[in-house]
Amino acid sequence: MPLGGVIFLFIFISAFGALLLFIANRIGNRIKSVSDVKSAPYECGIPGIDKKDTKISVKFYLTAILFILFDIEIIFMYPWALTFKDFISNSMGWYSLLCMGFFLLVFIFGLVWEVKSKALEWE
Amino acid sequence: MGSDIVEIGINGIKLVLIFLMMVQAVPILVWVERRGSAFIQNRLGPNRVGPLGLLQLLADAVKFLTKEEFVPAKGVPFLYYMAPIFALVPGAVAFSAIPMATPLLIDRFELFGQMWGPYTILFQGYEIGVGVVFVLGISSLATYSILMAGWGSGNKYSLLGALRASAQIISYELALGLSIVGVLLLNGSFNFGEIIAAQQGPLAFTFIGHTVTVPFLPNWGVFYQPIGALLFLTACFAESNRLPFDLAEGEAELVAGFHVEYGGFKMLLFFIGEYGHMIVGSSMFIALFLGGYHFPFPGITPEVLRYYATELGYGPQGVSIFTALILFLSFFVKLALLLWFFIWVRWTLPRFRYDQLMDLGWKTMLPWALANTIITAIVIQISKI
Repeated sequence: MPLGGVIFLFIFISAFGALLLFIANRIGNRIKSVSDVKSAPYECGIPGIDKKDTKISVKFYLTAILFILFDIEIIFMYPWALTFKDFISNSMGWYSLLCMGFFLLVFIFGLVWEVKSKALEWE
Repeated sequence: MGSDIVEIGINGIKLVLIFLMMVQAVPILVWVERRGSAFIQNRLGPNRVGPLGLLQLLADAVKFLTKEEFVPAKGVPFLYYMAPIFALVPGAVAFSAIPMATPLLIDRFELFGQMWGPYTILFQGYEIGVGVVFVLGISSLATYSILMAGWGSGNKYSLLGALRASAQIISYELALGLSIVGVLLLNGSFNFGEIIAAQQGPLAFTFIGHTVTVPFLPNWGVFYQPIGALLFLTACFAESNRLPFDLAEGEAELVAGFHVEYGGFKMLLFFIGEYGHMIVGSSMFIALFLGGYHFPFPGITPEVLRYYATELGYGPQGVSIFTALILFLSFFVKLALLLWFFIWVRWTLPRFRYDQLMDLGWKTMLPWALANTIITAIVIQISKI
């Protein structure tokens, strides 16, 4: 049962990292009080403006959505890749390839359409 | 993890050892990187502390430990501390699923007045039936630690760096996932053990009814899938945020990207995570394309090694340990060479611009991986490999 090993390793590593951070926290130089200037976010010397939810380029959002679509399409190809040799040994290789061809046509159409509609252009 | 308490204990110790091995590899890699980059740039690099500067890392560790600690004013403390801890996880958990040598057999032995065994101990953390999917899935969890760091620091540089890094990682995940479909088509398996076993011996395949054998070349995936191997390796560079794809750090524009607010040990944990990613990418490349733990000389198969070990007079336990250690040496040398390749490339190629990076991932690598898949499928169908 490999899942036990995965969970064990997951918990062990988290505990290990937390322990290291704790030790570093204890051993590290203690400072009496952290001044506002010191704990301010890194900037080039000017006072920071208290506004974290800065506006982000919509391209990141678009990239994430396109990633989900294409990733799911790629995941659908995995079972086909796994069973392709079985299809060949049953002499149904061309049939399997044809079926996958339709799927791939949709994939390629999506990719071409995405490039044509300039969804991937970064200025 | 095992059938009885001793086997569970052995497997647990093995997992801890694999993790510590990865953590220990990081100082050595950092040293190699600093010395190697120095020699590439005609400098000397760290050479004061200890022989050849090897003890520089201990000095660094002491320095890391004594750094003062605070959370930045606008940060979220929970996320800020969770991010470096979580950066450690994907590397080690994914690496443990990759076999590094043949299994060890342990004879019956006595402990606490009881007989235990015999056991078969795998030379990997755990064997997972769908290992390829598992490694891909786990290693993509690295995005979360980057996003946590970016948001938790409460700094715009961090946030922008984290967003860039995650957009880059997910873009190259497509090419990474698609470039191995060819390997899956050839092997018909998600299991690393079966994929590695298929790469044993000399290069031999059937092409339109003719059996072709090349006796001096190993039966490695890279000879069947050269384009897939190239795409996979490139995507590995992008996944681990290494130059030429280290847009997440981009010193010139973003100072240090998502870890700009981190220092001391927290920074070190991010380093371990990054090198862990390199190690996972390299070992997966080895398992899929470079024959796993098999020797590059097709004559030396595990069976031959077992035969020699038997001739030397070992029992079944000794034979399995002898074989596993020698095969692990082969795996280790390949891993070391690939890691050196990562470092070499870092100090040779300049950084991409962000739009070039995205163009390379979406408009070049994705179509090539797709073409590679289709051509592989048609060739397999025609030649009935």
